[in-house]
Amino acid sequence: MIFEVFRRERKGQPFAHAGSIDAPDASFADAWAREQYGRRGESEALWLVPRDAVHQITEWADEFDLKYRRVDGYSIKERLRVARERAGTAPAVDR
Amino acid sequence: MNERARLLLSIADDELIVGWRDSEWTGIAPTLEEDVAFSSIAQNEIGHARALYELAAKELDSDPDALAFDRAPDEYLCAPLVELDLTDDWAKTIARRHLYELADELRIRALIASDDRELAGLAAKIDREEVYHRMHAQMWAARLRDEPRFRAAVDELWPYALGVVAPAQRAELARRVGLSDDSSLTVFGRGEHTPELAELWNEMTEVRRSVPGASW
Repeated sequence: MIFEVFRRERKGQPFAHAGSIDAPDASFADAWAREQYGRRGESEALWLVPRDAVHQITEWADEFDLKYRRVDGYSIKERLRVARERAGTAPAVDR
Repeated sequence: MNERARLLLSIADDELIVGWRDSEWTGIAPTLEEDVAFSSIAQNEIGHARALYELAAKELDSDPDALAFDRAPDEYLCAPLVELDLTDDWAKTIARRHLYELADELRIRALIASDDRELAGLAAKIDREEVYHRMHAQMWAARLRDEPRFRAAVDELWPYALGVVAPAQRAELARRVGLSDDSSLTVFGRGEHTPELAELWNEMTEVRRSVPGASW
């Protein structure tokens, strides 16, 4: 069975997909993933998820080209600056 | 040589030679994942050997590399189990790992409980890595349990496995493995060597012998 492996480099960071392990059962997946993705101290934690348990989404409906839902070309920076000024929480130096 | 140095060298030699033998699977293990795991375990064992040689070197006023590589084959104190060349047979290789880990566990437990604080501390440190070696050996043994080839391999290597532990620990090892330590069994114990050790030694020490005294 195939396990998807996620690893976390340091506490507080998000888990990121590292690869997968094809193992006969969970105990083999544990031993193999431990060595494959952690033997050099590169991971603080691993998640092993049976591929069957992953709910995958690949189909998207966007039939009417609803561009206005996207943020392409929409600058939030200026609006944010104005809003902060109004609220009196503007940063001392503009970032 | 005093008892402590003898004990340290026996375990160090076991770990070095079993690590060497297991590392012979690097690149040719049954699957890529197992190759990485098996090689990593082999490296760990050699790391344990190094730490033990360091203690032995203090005891013998020598240095770890000299102890590991400059002795003659018949001066090694390893058990014959670790010397066997099993690189053509994965079932036997796993049978050895399984038996060796069970024997090593008994030995380490005894060291952790011993009055030798320095050695007990090192044994505890080694044991924290051995947890994963045991996990690996157990999962393979469980998987191959009903395979006739694996069962035959365990039976064949059993008299060698008994030779890894002290006579007083043999009954306990037999109980854990589920086999008999009947006194009619010929145990291949420490002190005798297989012809395979000399072959292994030749290869293992070749580079070091090529320029004696060089520092690498």
